[in-house]
Amino acid sequence: MQPDTLIWTLSALCAIAFYLGRHRAVQASGGHIRNLHSLPAYYGYYLALCCGLPALLVLCLWLLFDDKLILQLILGQLPEFWRNLPEDRLSLVVNQIHNLIAGEAGIQEVDPAIRAAADHYQRLKTTGYRILAILTLTVATAGLVYGYRRIAPDMRARNTVEKSLRYALILSSTLAIFVTIGIVLSVLFESLRFFSKVPVTEFLFGLKWSPQMAIRPDQVGASGAFGFIPLLTGTLLISGIAMAVATPIGLLSAIYLSEYAKSHTRSIVKPLIEVLAGIPTVVYGFFAALVVAPLLRDFGVQLGLTVSAESALAAGTVMGVMIIPFVSSLTDDALTAVPRSLREGAYGLGATQAETITGVVLPAALPGIVSGLLLAVSRAIGETMIVVMAAGMTAKLTLNPLESVTTITVQIVALLVGDQEFDSPKTLAAFALGLTLFLITLALNLVALHVVRRYREQYE
Amino acid sequence: MSTIMNIVEKFEESRDSAAPTSTDSDQGYQTVGEYSVAKPRICCRGVNVFYGEKQALFDINLDIGQREVIALIGPSGCGKSTFLRCLNRMNDIIEGCRVEGDIRLDGQDIYSKELDPVVLRARVGMVFQKPNPFPKSIYDNVAYGPRIHGLASNRTELDDIVETSLKRAGLWKEVRDRLDHPATGLSGGQQQRLCIARTIAVGPEVVLMDEPCSALDPIATATIEQLIDELRERYTIVIVTHSMQQAARVSQRTAYFHLGKLIEVGDTSRIFTNPRHPLTEDYITGRFG
Repeated sequence: MQPDTLIWTLSALCAIAFYLGRHRAVQASGGHIRNLHSLPAYYGYYLALCCGLPALLVLCLWLLFDDKLILQLILGQLPEFWRNLPEDRLSLVVNQIHNLIAGEAGIQEVDPAIRAAADHYQRLKTTGYRILAILTLTVATAGLVYGYRRIAPDMRARNTVEKSLRYALILSSTLAIFVTIGIVLSVLFESLRFFSKVPVTEFLFGLKWSPQMAIRPDQVGASGAFGFIPLLTGTLLISGIAMAVATPIGLLSAIYLSEYAKSHTRSIVKPLIEVLAGIPTVVYGFFAALVVAPLLRDFGVQLGLTVSAESALAAGTVMGVMIIPFVSSLTDDALTAVPRSLREGAYGLGATQAETITGVVLPAALPGIVSGLLLAVSRAIGETMIVVMAAGMTAKLTLNPLESVTTITVQIVALLVGDQEFDSPKTLAAFALGLTLFLITLALNLVALHVVRRYREQYE
Repeated sequence: MSTIMNIVEKFEESRDSAAPTSTDSDQGYQTVGEYSVAKPRICCRGVNVFYGEKQALFDINLDIGQREVIALIGPSGCGKSTFLRCLNRMNDIIEGCRVEGDIRLDGQDIYSKELDPVVLRARVGMVFQKPNPFPKSIYDNVAYGPRIHGLASNRTELDDIVETSLKRAGLWKEVRDRLDHPATGLSGGQQQRLCIARTIAVGPEVVLMDEPCSALDPIATATIEQLIDELRERYTIVIVTHSMQQAARVSQRTAYFHLGKLIEVGDTSRIFTNPRHPLTEDYITGRFG
């Protein structure tokens, strides 16, 4: 029996167990459900758990380890010559076996020993599945019988079911945390490998970024410079322009919407602003590259300025438009969270609407607004597509918004596109950049959280 | 048979008086007791208030005298807070709220186009049900009103206003050493007295209080009630309260509202000892509400 059929069978068995358990509980209660400790359905769930959980565990463990086990068995039976191969050659052999099984070996001649091993592998696998099916179904049946016998009116089925539900919840949240930790660690270790080739100080304080490495020793090319400062200034420049566009527009529109607009206007305008958030960034990207950038260049020519075809200004402006809904809706939330009583207090003292907003509502909403802005900044820093398309690839150390600059995210893309060696500093640099980016946004988010927590109680 | 008819009639009578029908409201209701006074500070005639389609107040006539405390009582949803908020046009900021009728402060129509609600609210201050100090320092809370109205030309004058207001609100001794502390750190009773100080710092003629003690414990309530009694020397006070004992303790006149109508008004001692309208009597003796 194949594993997928097995899983279906197991599910069917659990369903049967549910009905069986429920029926058994009703029967045991003597027709009066009130005599039972828990509702009948809980006995059903209990029995399904008894039946399915151990069997599922057996199944998972088997599927995790059977491949390794079978390979060990096969390799043990290979002739002496194969067995004593070094590690990396051995993995090639294993690959060959796998290819044979998948039928992708092609027409090339294969060593008879390996062909035999592949056949052996397949036989073992089939036997393994057979054993697995028997084992799983036995465990499931055993669980079913055990649970069925335990069902009695005074058994606390609900408590057991709810406890296992809690474990399932804990498991899910741990899983999410471990995935995060795993990603961070993998980025961290790759970055450490990078820093063993390029000194940290050069990365952090170097003023030149030119990651082109010679692939062959005789190739003519730069030896690579990994100074991260030009990327950082580029990132900050573009994010700064974006925030300079998004902060005033977002803030003012939020103030209008939450304080001045009638509910009818609000119900129309707010979704319209949020449509902006739904536009894919790549659309913003070509909007920036094809519309805004040429516009800015023509405008610059009229003013007698030289504006690069790909400029930080174009990318930053469009990115600012992209995060307007972000700023606006977070600010709006912060403003509407300010209690009505505060507003009335100000109006009751004879404050005008503008005085109420600047003197009372905005200060009270400030923590929420600040944290919203910081979240918007981390969004801007992490944005890639617009910059790739509109700001260019050249790492220039400049603060002139009319020139083309590049950002951390864009360089990560550039480093990993195309054929790469996995252990060259060029590839590893992407991980170091990723780590830096992660740390920057993490720091911003922490600051935002802190601001919110610290000042939250002020008006409650 | 005739007894049954009697019962039905009586039942319908009592229902009519307890829940007036719409035809009843259109004709208006004649308030029991003397609603006008000799020298009124505020004079309301024929006030109707609508929230959208729904009418919340029906043809209210009521005068509020100089330097008196008038208590507005009645069951929840009877319109007493709505009436209070008409007196400083706080209903303006509620979407869909419409006020009809004539309300005059010292003879001036407060709903006329020439009158700026901002100026009106400086003359008719308001204290709310829940203490609502701004998230600023104690000093800045009291100084907020004088600042926006430009009542002080320099820091010394502002200091004086803050000190006088806090003294009048009976809070000065407790907070004089920590004027720069956040107002939200005060206790509930202190916060409410701060709100009173904040209101009188603007120098109003009338102070409206919307259940000012309902969020406070008995001790803080007693302090506020004493304060109201002292404030009467300078200000006209209109207070909405759910506590009849409080109305009896602090007010000189009492007005009883029921389902948007002003049922009865008169001297507090008279209302509580000798109510004329059966609804007032039922409410005061605690039969409902």
